[in-house]
Amino acid sequence: MALKLVVIGNGMVGHKLLEELAALRLQELEITVLCEESRPAYDRVHLSAFFAGKSAEELSLVAPGFFEQPGLHLRLATRAARIDRALKRVTTADGEVIPYDKLVLATGSKPFVPPIPGHDRPGCLVYRTLDDLGALTQWGARSRRGVVVGGGLLGLECAKALRDMGLETHVVEFAPRLMAVQVDDIGGQMLRRAIEDLGLTVHTGKNTQAIVDGESARHRMAFADGSHLETDLIVFSAGIRPRDELAHQSELGVGQRGGIMVDNFCRTRDPDVYAIGECAQWGGKIFGLVAPGYDMARVVANHLHALLTRTQAPSLPEFAGADMSTKLKLMGVDVASIGDAHGATPGSRSYQFSDERRQVYKKLVVSGDGKRLLGGVLVGDAAEYGTLLQMMLNGLELPEAPEFLILPSSDGQAKTGLSVDALPASAQICSCNNVSKGQLCEAVAAGATSIGALKAATRAGTTCGGCVPLATQIMKAEMKRQGLAVNNHLCEHFAYSRQELYHLVRVERVRRFDELLQRHGNGLGCDICKPTVASILASCWNEFVLQKEHASLQDSNDYFLANIQKDGSYSVVPRMPGGEVTPEGLIAVGQVAKKYGLYTKITGGQRVDMFGARLEQLPLIWEELIAAGFESGHAYGKSLRTVKSCVGSTWCRYGVQDSVGTAIDLEHRYKGLRSPHKLKFAVSGCARECAEAQGKDVGVIATEKGWNLYVCGNGGMKPRHAELLAGDLDTATLVRYIDRFLMFYIRTADRLQRTSVWRDNLEGGMDYLRSVIIDDRLGLAAELEAQMKRVVDTYECEWKRAVTDPQTRRRFRHFVNSEAGDDNVVFVPERGQVRPATAEEKRSRHGRIPVKVLAE
Amino acid sequence: MGGHDMNSEWMAVCKLGDIVPDTGVCALVDGEQVAVFRVGEGELYAIANVDPHSQAAVLSRGLVGNLGERVVVASPIYKQHFDLRSGECLESPEHAVRTWQVRLQDEHVWVRRDSR
Repeated sequence: MALKLVVIGNGMVGHKLLEELAALRLQELEITVLCEESRPAYDRVHLSAFFAGKSAEELSLVAPGFFEQPGLHLRLATRAARIDRALKRVTTADGEVIPYDKLVLATGSKPFVPPIPGHDRPGCLVYRTLDDLGALTQWGARSRRGVVVGGGLLGLECAKALRDMGLETHVVEFAPRLMAVQVDDIGGQMLRRAIEDLGLTVHTGKNTQAIVDGESARHRMAFADGSHLETDLIVFSAGIRPRDELAHQSELGVGQRGGIMVDNFCRTRDPDVYAIGECAQWGGKIFGLVAPGYDMARVVANHLHALLTRTQAPSLPEFAGADMSTKLKLMGVDVASIGDAHGATPGSRSYQFSDERRQVYKKLVVSGDGKRLLGGVLVGDAAEYGTLLQMMLNGLELPEAPEFLILPSSDGQAKTGLSVDALPASAQICSCNNVSKGQLCEAVAAGATSIGALKAATRAGTTCGGCVPLATQIMKAEMKRQGLAVNNHLCEHFAYSRQELYHLVRVERVRRFDELLQRHGNGLGCDICKPTVASILASCWNEFVLQKEHASLQDSNDYFLANIQKDGSYSVVPRMPGGEVTPEGLIAVGQVAKKYGLYTKITGGQRVDMFGARLEQLPLIWEELIAAGFESGHAYGKSLRTVKSCVGSTWCRYGVQDSVGTAIDLEHRYKGLRSPHKLKFAVSGCARECAEAQGKDVGVIATEKGWNLYVCGNGGMKPRHAELLAGDLDTATLVRYIDRFLMFYIRTADRLQRTSVWRDNLEGGMDYLRSVIIDDRLGLAAELEAQMKRVVDTYECEWKRAVTDPQTRRRFRHFVNSEAGDDNVVFVPERGQVRPATAEEKRSRHGRIPVKVLAE
Repeated sequence: MGGHDMNSEWMAVCKLGDIVPDTGVCALVDGEQVAVFRVGEGELYAIANVDPHSQAAVLSRGLVGNLGERVVVASPIYKQHFDLRSGECLESPEHAVRTWQVRLQDEHVWVRRDSR
């Protein structure tokens, strides 16, 4: 008989338990999961991403096919109503009775709503589930101003959501500062200022006494100090309360302040009933973070495993409490709290650094003898979090002058910080998925030598992502130790990466490939390094790509300024910025295509591609296109292709900004910019996103207040959604950020590395990118902008130059010694246009019918 | 030029200055397409112009360089490398291309069918 396990709750922790059990491949186990919500587990930690554009599907934590596994039964929208421990069965709200041998309560928590008169008025909401978000969206659409009650971690997350919806957002906090649990007074003030700079209003020390009808808005909140605040929408986010009703009902033992009491194996007072996650209380504490919950899930999975396999496990994992250090990003502001953040340990001392201009505050709490780190607070810049956390958790000895751990270094270089070699193999690097340094090193040895592979192999960094920089550091150190140092040399001719070559070109002002090869390379070069260097030279100095000293470096497409096709003919794409084209322009394109017998097709980038041009026809075709006002579309280059746009506010009922105008401006600004790979942009005029900007390298989406800038998206073989870099930008700031972003990418990417892959390999990820682009952490912004300005100012249409330059023009013929064309390029009709003839068709056209040899 | 014995006659196809250093051109020689390359200032190579992988007459438009000891051109279609001295395809030796003899005389580039 299989053991019947019932799991109540399919939140993050409940689902973790199922994953752990599935990984243990337990036979003889029938699991029934009761899930109150209508959808299975999703990522509550990143709930506010829903308002930044993530869909409910993207937030899902359920691997495809997970619930199709045998022995696993998921019951959605099914609420457990009572537990009968004597008969060992659970009764659902619908009256169904489900027997169990073992029961796990993973019921989580619910938002605490203070019992203020009026707290249940319509438009007073909470923020925990996707259904809550649905309600918030509906009410938000009808509201101008929104208030979040609670200035803690969740409250500020929720405030971000309101702001993303375009509401005038206020935060009302009872305590005298924000995030009272995690940060100290000065940190709280710094956080407050940073958040107020983003346009939010913070009210601290406010005790709400009643919510009544408002005069200018739906509600009026009356405070104990006699003041009031009017608002259309109120969200309560003033802490959580464990969902322990079932434990109360079945007398399982509940703590005074709530929470089902459990032992080190997460068992309740009934040995057949476990409780895990936020509904459980261990050692008098409730753990409102996901990592301890995941720990509990692992403990229970192992306990059940031992029970089922009847193994005598001498040392089953036990839950031993959790470190509640946290790092998060609140509306672009980094906040981290480590260990004893308030310096509550007797005899402890602290170091503090604050920079009010950059809005950075850092504090270290060290032991009385100055040898050990006890805790810390980081606001505005939490780059040191990983290092400090490891130092505290592993009790590493502090350096002689610990203050340098948080002081900015004078030369702008990254601090050396923690040597990962100092960490013991047992050091937990990823707390969400319990991955140790030793496990990471094993995975590296087994072949995971990129951060993507390491994530896939160990799951480290796949939940909150906070440990990715440290995991990368460990990976690199381990690769070095194992002699695995990745050879990032571009090719046999240059013992440098593309990024290093870029720096050499800039620093030494190298203008020619020969020069670079002579100084830093060897041999003749090849089809890898030549186009790469040509692209670097073009990005830096923007000289005509076909001038004598650059011509031989160009790939065939760049050499002939057209896209080679399988039969050796070319396609021609005139630029149509933003996809806008006049009837006259369209007619001119049509006439050219007709005259030269070209096959025409509309591209995905909102322009017209004309195929089947012979080499010698290209200058003639372009003379006519230039005469009609067209420019090169750079479809052949590793450069900006198009800026796609929807029709925007000019015509569309829903548009809120002029997406076409902005798309045209952006396309004109960046046309001709050479980059490590092709670049695609799009601009959408409203949140409906008809231009599909989130699938582009640079995606711009209009908001009521300006533009949201998304970066590093990709369609194609491996689709990737772009991520929000910055929100509600005015047009000038938008352009400035794109300038910086593009130049930073051009400067640091590998050859043929799209922005999406570049982003996935960027140590520190999006936070780091934001710090470089927005906060100018590297002090590079002005330089990047100046470089872009140079490229923009020196733009010229390559085709205009090519057709007027006799030297260049002479190359556009198939034979050097004949005016004839390539007889190998043959077209046949199809659907009213032409297409390349197949080999078979060419043979019959030439009459070269194979001679049949008859056997005698 | 033209002669009775096509295997032995040299044919002038262009001036050296018609070929940009480190690129190729395509010459029509006795009805056949020949890719002629100029490597550096005066080193010349000639191979058949048709890429055996794509059947497109495009090898003269490839990028020239070296891989180890070999001087090569990369086909612009699928990027296979052809040894300019032997015509061998480095990625798939069964797809070799014919080589032609080539020489520089009086600032002109001369090509002759390789009798090998």
